[in-house]
Amino acid sequence: MTNLVEIRALTVEATTDSGRKIQILKGIDLDIAAGETVAFIGESGSGKTTAAMTLLGHARPGCRISGGTVKVDGHDMATLPEKERAALRGTTVAYVPQSAAAAFNPASTIMDQVIEVTRIHRLMPPDEARRRAVALFRALSLPDPDGIGDRYPHQVSGGQLQRLAAAMALIGDPKVVIFDEPTTALDVTTQVEVLRAFKAVTAQHRIACVYVSHDLAVVAQIADRIMVLRNGAVQETGSVHDILTRPAHPYTQELLHAFHPDTGGREALPVADSAAPLLEINTLSAGYGPPQSNGQPLVLAVKGVSLQVKRGTNLGIIGESGCGKSTLARAIAGILPACKGDIQFNGKELWHSARQRSHDQLRDLQIVFQHADTALNPAKSIEDILGRPLTFYHGLRGKARDARVDALLDMVRLPRALRHRRPAELSGGQKQRVNFARALAAEPKLILCDEITSALDTVVAAAVIDLLKELQRELGLSYVFISHDLSVIEAICDEIVVMYRGQTVETIIPADRQPPQHPYSQLLFSSVPKLDPTWLDTLNIDADRMRVA
Amino acid sequence: MTSRVPSLILGRLLIALVTLTIVSFAVFFATTLLPGDTATILLGQAATPEAIAGLRTAMHLDDPALLRFVYWIGGLFRGDLGTSYANHMPVATLISGRLANTLKLAGLTTLVSVPLALTLGITAAMWRRTLYDRIVTIATIGVISVPEFVLATLAVLVFAVYLKWLPALSFTYNVDSFSGLLRAYAMPVITLTFGVSAQMIRMTRAAVIETLNTPYVEMALLKGASRPRMVLRHALPNALGPISNAVALSLSYLLGGVIIVETIFNYPGIAKLMVDAVSTRDLPLIQSCAMIFCFGYLILITTADIVAILSNPRLR
Amino acid sequence: MKTHSSTEPRASTGSRASTGSLTAWSGYRINLVGLAAFSVVLFWALVALFAPYITPHSVGEMIDLDYFGPMRPGLWLGSDYLGRDMLSRIIYGARYTVGISLAAVSIACFTGVVLGMTSAVLRGPVDMVVSRILDAMNSIPSKLFGLMVVAAVGSSIPVLILTLSVIYVPGAYRFSRALAINIDTMDFIMVARIRGERLPYLIASEILPNIIGPVLADLGLRFVFIVLLLSGLSFLGLGVQPPYADWGALVRENIGGLPFAAPAVIVPSLAIATLTISVNLLIDNLPQKIRDRSAS
Repeated sequence: MTNLVEIRALTVEATTDSGRKIQILKGIDLDIAAGETVAFIGESGSGKTTAAMTLLGHARPGCRISGGTVKVDGHDMATLPEKERAALRGTTVAYVPQSAAAAFNPASTIMDQVIEVTRIHRLMPPDEARRRAVALFRALSLPDPDGIGDRYPHQVSGGQLQRLAAAMALIGDPKVVIFDEPTTALDVTTQVEVLRAFKAVTAQHRIACVYVSHDLAVVAQIADRIMVLRNGAVQETGSVHDILTRPAHPYTQELLHAFHPDTGGREALPVADSAAPLLEINTLSAGYGPPQSNGQPLVLAVKGVSLQVKRGTNLGIIGESGCGKSTLARAIAGILPACKGDIQFNGKELWHSARQRSHDQLRDLQIVFQHADTALNPAKSIEDILGRPLTFYHGLRGKARDARVDALLDMVRLPRALRHRRPAELSGGQKQRVNFARALAAEPKLILCDEITSALDTVVAAAVIDLLKELQRELGLSYVFISHDLSVIEAICDEIVVMYRGQTVETIIPADRQPPQHPYSQLLFSSVPKLDPTWLDTLNIDADRMRVA
Repeated sequence: MTSRVPSLILGRLLIALVTLTIVSFAVFFATTLLPGDTATILLGQAATPEAIAGLRTAMHLDDPALLRFVYWIGGLFRGDLGTSYANHMPVATLISGRLANTLKLAGLTTLVSVPLALTLGITAAMWRRTLYDRIVTIATIGVISVPEFVLATLAVLVFAVYLKWLPALSFTYNVDSFSGLLRAYAMPVITLTFGVSAQMIRMTRAAVIETLNTPYVEMALLKGASRPRMVLRHALPNALGPISNAVALSLSYLLGGVIIVETIFNYPGIAKLMVDAVSTRDLPLIQSCAMIFCFGYLILITTADIVAILSNPRLR
Repeated sequence: MKTHSSTEPRASTGSRASTGSLTAWSGYRINLVGLAAFSVVLFWALVALFAPYITPHSVGEMIDLDYFGPMRPGLWLGSDYLGRDMLSRIIYGARYTVGISLAAVSIACFTGVVLGMTSAVLRGPVDMVVSRILDAMNSIPSKLFGLMVVAAVGSSIPVLILTLSVIYVPGAYRFSRALAINIDTMDFIMVARIRGERLPYLIASEILPNIIGPVLADLGLRFVFIVLLLSGLSFLGLGVQPPYADWGALVRENIGGLPFAAPAVIVPSLAIATLTISVNLLIDNLPQKIRDRSAS
């Protein structure tokens, strides 16, 4: 036995509610040497998490390992009795979940949960376990390593919980650790810190890692080898360098291509600056909660933001979660009426609340939400979803409406046959196209796009962005594009506004190719992972120092 | 961090108070809208008009309804529940002994059913999808689907008619010996226990299963925890709120249950008193009994909510 | 009788999402228990519907010289305390039990669901006031409410139907409001709102299609509660009044036969039990798709 992990011809089977069986992993082979990090990469539904879970001998409810072997340190996790499997979990193989916030029991303290592994397997006395945990907290550069263990999970931040989950996995001195998309839910600036902490600790203990991710750039920083999965089958396996420079499989090439979006064709602003702006916002403030004595809401999420969108151009708003960018979009759309400031749209002042705006104003300003799953009524057919705004705004019925629905489907490059389907029968990318087509049905002048590519896989998102650009050329629209993802915004926007703590800190025009000036924008821009595997190691930022600035 | 809990509990108590006001309003007006003149009923058809008029003034019967409501509520606070139409005794006297009897019955049922139901509910959740779980589930569905009087009828058939262990329909008030006490209370308590436990088992099972499906329980599994550890250390502490909620809500079933059980077993409790009062249309008695029932119910559901607030670790 | 757990909407878990798209239609499978339960419910529905055509004897006719007679050919379910044919009385009793309950549950659920969806969409003061009042009504135990109404206005079939439906409006309201609030947080409702849609469109076209499955399942459960409450009231002598008799009243009439286990007291009890247990089992074995709050 030469390798720590040896997976041979592994298949996993899922049983549907009707009793039908489907293979979700179709014969996987993989070796992992001690201390090596292998990344499983692929889009959602590719089976990457399922594959990683088999190392723990675990399959989610409804699934089971149906064939092959998963040898970890000489034990076949696929055939071992449950009791012996349990003995290896936490001591030989450990798991770091995607959402640490959900994986911590809200009813007990963090320390109790971190050292639980040592208790279950009787590894060491509690005092020693606690000392060890504190040492790990320190190694993972958590703040207040001595005191953080006494808190409850809801009392610490998401980035900290993710590192605490890693401490929980490492306490039993495992030989293999599975990281299941551990930074996906984090902001880019936090992601950098967490990745660094993971990398340092696993290298120090010479732990083999399986790193499940959809993000090629993140994987490039942390992995030695990459296994590309699609539809439950391995597409290719190779060293990071090989995969990034000489991708053999077409799917890998597509993935890589999606990383270099085409930013050409938007070098100069198409309309002269002298024209009146389409949308102009002056010192707009908005927030949540009951109004206080000063007339402001309890929590002010947007504080005096001013910006302009010129006709036929796109404005990007970027910032991390909680910076107020989505609140700003909601205030512009009138969903969350602003408490102060004014909104000029198409030369007229807009009411703060959508209820008071005119039919035409509502029609001209559309918003598209992030999650097509919840933005499309699951009980209605695509035809009804697209048809309603046609009837509501334009009075179209019968044949005229049908023809227009077909035209809209054509516009977003969807087959016309989809019109009779329901949203649940569509893929994520298709749903997002329908979501967008519904906004187009109104024939608006401006579309607010709230993180519309964030829930999509990289390749699908890139295609949606291309579509948006094309439609803009054809229809002369403007977009306000809200995202936390710089590459998406750079691909489509003429101007980028950086938001931080409810305010705009800087406006950047990509065509000018000027580096950001404000320290926060610098931090944000430099935190976006690059495909270059040396990026993380050479990155010279101190996030905490920058944040204060 | 700790400041939210008192304000939430205070809010819940306030809601209970508002509810109690609305309920007493409803109880008072539902029963005063009745046809028939109270004074005439009290004094009988043969009374002189002067006597009736005198009584009307004494009882504030000519005052506006809202004012009478205020008098009535004031009376409730002083312990003055009015006078029974049927036998002209103070309602408070009629109720006091009966209330104690009903509380005894309810208390005994609680003592039996809570441990029984929690054990069955939690174990059924632990061994979900086993034969044991299926039997428990089907049995509880069977019991909650059946009216209390059918349960009581069945209990009589089994224990009194076929087995001849216990007295059947009449409540023999012979509680001198322990066995006598046991025999006297057995049938009503058995019937009530069935109904209360079935509710409680169902809700407890659902609460535990819900917490067993959370990611943190899966995480415990992936740490190598045994099944008992997953249930006892991870699922149960988080299911505590919903379970206590279930206990309080199921106990509120007692309030409906005793009405039937006291009638069928001829048990001298407050529910029997009320059913009798309905047949004689004894309004003050009905009002008072109704208020006692609503009050008890409100205490239980408010307790359930407060326990849920207290056991939420996120509010700690 | 109130079962709070089963009236609260189920929390939907994301755990099935991974296989959801593959099994979009397979959720409509029905199983054997569900089928058997459905047959029993259908049986009683048909009995209630065709009662006048299938009764062997007139309900009021005393045909047996003996009272509490045993089961025998010609008197398949024995005779009651006056020597009347129990089979005929059960068949007619089905009319009252099923008919009254069905009428009451329809009124209760229609009112509750419309109010619930309206509250969920309007929020704010409307929701507050309606919720408070209905919650207060909910804190009057149902049997007690029935007792009070009967004490106040006496018992007749229209009064019974109305009382039973008033008692179960708050439950239907609570249930549908909770479901509708979950739907209301979805972005597609927001999209419809800022399109400028009005309340009737929002509740009828956007919300109702997404909650109709669980609402119908809830209607079934509430039907069971109403059958139980109606039977309970009749058993106390406060429900259906002679000469009419529903199943609860039949148990009351013949309770004297209990010490010698007469069929006249056992059979109506069994009739109630078969109906309510079947409805409950039917709902418990409904295809997952219908019970869950939305078809996501």
